[in-house]
Amino acid sequence: MGWIGDTVDSIKSIQIRQLLTQAVSLGMIVTSALIIWKALMCITGSESPVVVVLSGSMEPGFKRGDILFLHMSKDPIRAGEIVVFNVDGREIPIVHRVIKVHERQDTGEVDVLTKGDNNYGDDRLLYAQGQQWLHRHHIMGRAVGFLPYVGWVTIIMTEKPIIKYILIGALGLLVITSKD
Amino acid sequence: MHSFGYRLNGLLTFAVTILALMCVIASLSDNLNIPSPSAEIQIMNINWFQKQPKGSDEVSLTMNISADLQSLFTWNTKQVFIFVAAEYETRKNSLNQVSLWDAIIPAKERSKFWIRSSNKYRFVDHGKNLRGKEFNLTLHWHVMPKTGKMFADKIVMSGYSLPEEYI
Repeated sequence: MGWIGDTVDSIKSIQIRQLLTQAVSLGMIVTSALIIWKALMCITGSESPVVVVLSGSMEPGFKRGDILFLHMSKDPIRAGEIVVFNVDGREIPIVHRVIKVHERQDTGEVDVLTKGDNNYGDDRLLYAQGQQWLHRHHIMGRAVGFLPYVGWVTIIMTEKPIIKYILIGALGLLVITSKD
Repeated sequence: MHSFGYRLNGLLTFAVTILALMCVIASLSDNLNIPSPSAEIQIMNINWFQKQPKGSDEVSLTMNISADLQSLFTWNTKQVFIFVAAEYETRKNSLNQVSLWDAIIPAKERSKFWIRSSNKYRFVDHGKNLRGKEFNLTLHWHVMPKTGKMFADKIVMSGYSLPEEYI
């Protein structure tokens, strides 16, 4: 009970100077998160340096809710690499393994075919209608590192938005009522 | 300063930091392992070899694959993904990699094996270049850790060739 009372009291006792300090510290938190994200984009050269695995098509290697760290370098794409690619007409990128590569002698263009480790057949069914191969521009990055379970946070938040609002609300309240 | 919320926050932050640190150390410890895997692949039979209606060469073959990959496993290894790819060069393409067979090895106990298999994926060329073609068979492995950095490497075996005529 005392805790709630304190909270109410502290909200009542907010002064303009304190309010400003809190606004600044909240802003610092948001901007530093943004800085870290953008810095990761620069370092890895990938549009989205971290992706969450959403399907079970790469099990048992990657399960739903695992996090992958991507890297996009100029290195040519080779069979066996796990790449993240976009297919025209599909919003969500796919993480699958490259099983075939044909690299052109003159132009260096590549034709790539992918497959999920846990899928029976290759990915031609997932590609756009009539598309046989992936090309360089479809590929957003290759997976280099792996962290289990952490992605569940974002999966839960996107699927149950109410939890997101509760969390943001609670954090906001904490920042406002903190007495530092 | 010493409210319940602060203590909880401090405890959680500390726990997450330690967990992250342990993940990093676990991943780094993989570097201490210097693997020495071995593999051998024999082509036992060319089952058939023909031109597809669309005009590309396609071949079906049976392989004997034996490998000892026990040294790839460390305490941070979740599984090892292996595959055999045919790799060759043609006039048009500087590199063709066609995956023929793959497997997931879930545990060290099963990483020394022998198997006879025909190609699991279709061995189709990007044209009509397979007759009399010399190619390499490469055993690639991809070590997937429990956490951290993934490792990949390969053993290249050369000196395989396809027949001069369709069968």
